[in-house]
Amino acid sequence: MRERPLSPHLSVYRFQYTMALSILHRISGVALSLGLIPLTYWLTAIAAGPSAYDRAASLLASWPAKLCLGGWICAFAYHLAAGVRPLCWDSGFGFERVQARASGRIAVMAALLVALALLWLAFAPHGTSA
Amino acid sequence: MSLRTPLGRVLGKGSAGHGAGHWWAQRVTSVALVPLALWFAISLAMLPSLDYVTLSTWMSGTWTAVLLILFVVAVAHHSHAGLQVVVEDYLHGTFAKFASLLGLLFAHLVLAAAAVFAVLRVAFGSVA
Repeated sequence: MRERPLSPHLSVYRFQYTMALSILHRISGVALSLGLIPLTYWLTAIAAGPSAYDRAASLLASWPAKLCLGGWICAFAYHLAAGVRPLCWDSGFGFERVQARASGRIAVMAALLVALALLWLAFAPHGTSA
Repeated sequence: MSLRTPLGRVLGKGSAGHGAGHWWAQRVTSVALVPLALWFAISLAMLPSLDYVTLSTWMSGTWTAVLLILFVVAVAHHSHAGLQVVVEDYLHGTFAKFASLLGLLFAHLVLAAAAVFAVLRVAFGSVA
């Protein structure tokens, strides 16, 4: 049987920035999936009682953990903003090239706004940072 | 009426009958996660502090617990659906592919079960 073509076949296309948005959506999704592990660890630590939670909290307050949290906040903001685009396409809107490029730009700006707001909420010194 | 070609049917290629189900579940969880994830991020950020008492009190609220469970289940489902597509796109060796798919599924089931159990445990107040 002959070899069947396997998607994605990226190398046949000329680079366009919408491709970067697409691959960034996938990368941010994979990164967020990894965040599921500390999220679950954090929830189970709360369930395990005060001393277990304090151990988890001091681990999560270390600077590598904070760096990861910042990364996950950015990934979340981007994945959220860029994820609305496929939902629009699936509903039948925004397929024209001009629209797709414009929505890409809007998604990046929305992601920046969401990321800045969440980073500020997480790290600005107003009592929320553990 | 089947849309498969006679040749495709003979070769056993084409739809296995559940392609749209995966696609649909990914969309359903996307739509659900827009409000759920924003709620999770914002309500955590709005807590006056992240110490044990504040968090466990927050988690034992009925709506908080219900929304947390919905969030955790939706996020695990969505994460699994997404990573499954990534594996299917880039891993073509049969063994590597199916081992990864199985590993992903089990990992997500474990994470989801642990997270749901943790929320319930705090919500029902059975923490020591």
